[in-house]
Amino acid sequence: MIELRGVSFSYWDKPVLRNVSFRVHESEMVVIMGPSGSGKSTILRLILGLETPQAGQILIDGQNICAMRERDKQEVRKRIGMVFQDGALFDSMTVGENVGYYLLEHTHLSWQEISRRAAEMLGFVGMSPDEVGDKLPEELSGGMRRRVAIGRALLSTNPNVMLYDEPTTGLDPQMTENVLELITKLHEERQIASVIVTHQIADALEVADRFVVLHEGEVAFDGSLEELRASTDQRVMSFLGPFRESWARVARKKFIAL
Amino acid sequence: MAFIVTFVNDRLKFWAFHTQGLFHFSLKTLLSLVRQPFYVTETLEQMYLIGVGSLFLVALTGIFSGQGFALAFSQELATFGAKDYLGRIMSIAIVRELGPTLTGLMVAARVSAGITAEIGAMKSSNQIDAMLAFGIDPIKKIARPRLISLIVMMPVLTIVCDLVALLGGWIIGIFIANVSSTMYWSSVLYKLNYGNMLMGMVKPIAFSFIIAFVSCYLGFTSQGGTKGVGRATTNSVMMSSITILIVNFIITKTLGPMIKGYL
Repeated sequence: MIELRGVSFSYWDKPVLRNVSFRVHESEMVVIMGPSGSGKSTILRLILGLETPQAGQILIDGQNICAMRERDKQEVRKRIGMVFQDGALFDSMTVGENVGYYLLEHTHLSWQEISRRAAEMLGFVGMSPDEVGDKLPEELSGGMRRRVAIGRALLSTNPNVMLYDEPTTGLDPQMTENVLELITKLHEERQIASVIVTHQIADALEVADRFVVLHEGEVAFDGSLEELRASTDQRVMSFLGPFRESWARVARKKFIAL
Repeated sequence: MAFIVTFVNDRLKFWAFHTQGLFHFSLKTLLSLVRQPFYVTETLEQMYLIGVGSLFLVALTGIFSGQGFALAFSQELATFGAKDYLGRIMSIAIVRELGPTLTGLMVAARVSAGITAEIGAMKSSNQIDAMLAFGIDPIKKIARPRLISLIVMMPVLTIVCDLVALLGGWIIGIFIANVSSTMYWSSVLYKLNYGNMLMGMVKPIAFSFIIAFVSCYLGFTSQGGTKGVGRATTNSVMMSSITILIVNFIITKTLGPMIKGYL
C-alpha cells in the first residue's frame, strides 16, 4: 500500500534520511519511533508529497508520488488523512468549520448539510457538537484539538490511510488514553491503515502491529513487538534503554500480555 | 581570510536562492490570477482589511504631509512673490510623487507586516501543510486574494491620500499663506493633467505587486518558530519599503520622458 524504497532526504546540506526502506500493508498499524530529530515527521511529509526526496521512491498503491505533478499529488492525497502535530486546525475558523472545511472547499453541498456531517463526525470522535462546534480551536485543550483534527481528516478525504504526527505528545495520561482509543477504534472499525510517528514508547506499544525505529535518519529496526523486545541492536537498545529497565513496571495492556 | 570568503560565499548563495525563490513565487502568483477556483469571499474580506483598515493611517499621513509641504513651499514662494503657484507645486508633488510613495510606504508598513506575520504563523503551526493535504493551493487561497485586494485598493488609497494632502495644502494656503481658494484650486487643476494622473496611478499598482509578492513570499518561507516569524515580518517591511522607493525612482525616470508631452 505504502512503500518507501531507498529514500534519502536532506534539508540544504544537512542529511535527514538515509536509504530508508519499509512497507505499510493494508489495514496495518505501523509506528515509527526514534529520538527527536531522527527524521520521523519528515517521513510523513514525504509520504504526503509535501517534500521530495533527493533519492529513492515512495509508492502509494503502486504510484510513485515523487515523480508526480502537483495536480496528481492532490488526487493521491485524497486517499490519505493526515493529523498534524498539535492538530494544525485553522485558527480563524470555528471547530465546526474546521471539520467541514474540505466539503466546503471541494463540494457544492449546502452549509446546512456540511454542518450536519461535521456534527456527526464530531460525535464520532467523542465530542459534543453543541458544546464545541462554535468554539475556536484556541478554546480547546490539546487532546480535544487532536480529536477535532482526526475528525477533520476523516470527513475530508474518507481515507484508506491515516498518518498521525506525534498524536499524544504534550497530553495528560487521560487525554492520551482517549486519543489512542480513538485511533484504535478507527483502525478496527474502518480497517484503515495507520502510520503513527511518536517518540513515546509506551503509547507505541499499546497500539502498533509493527515498529520501525529510526536512528540518525536510518532504519535501525523494522519488525513486530516480539522482535523489538528481542533485538540486540545497539541503536535500538540505546533508544529503548530507559524504557526497557522499567518495562516490568509499565502498566501497558499489550506489553503485560506478552 | 578563509572565514571571510566562506561568509561572503554563504551570503551570496543565500541571496541568489531567495531572489530565485521570490521570482518563482511571483510568477506562480501571477499565473494563479487566471486559474480557478476563485476565492471571492476571501478577496472581499482582504479588500476590506487592506482598504478600510488603512484609510485612517493614509488620510492622517496625507493631511500632515500636505500641510507640511505647503507650509515649507508657501514661505519660499512668497519670497519670490510666486505664492499663487502653490497649487501647481502641490499638484505635481502630491499626485505624481508624494501621494503614491507615502501611501506605498504606509501600506507596506501596515499591511505587509500583517500579511507576513499571518502567513508565517500559519506556516509554523502547519496550517499551510494542512491546506496542501486537503488539496487546496495556498497560493490561490492566501496570496492571490491579497494581491488582487492590493491592486484594487492601493490606487483608491492613493487617491484618498492625494485629495487629503491637497486639502491640507489648501488649509495652509487659505489660513497662513493668504492664497485665495479659487487661485489655489484652479492652480491645482491646471497641473492635474493626464500625465501626472497616469504616473500617480501606475505607481500604486506597481507598489501593490511589490507589497504582495514580498510579504507573502517571506511569510511562506519563514522558518524558526515565533522568532523566525518576527524576523520575517521585520524583513518584509524593510524590503517592501526599500523596493518601493527604488521602483518609484525607476518609474519617474523611465515613464517621465515617455509621457513628457502630457505632463
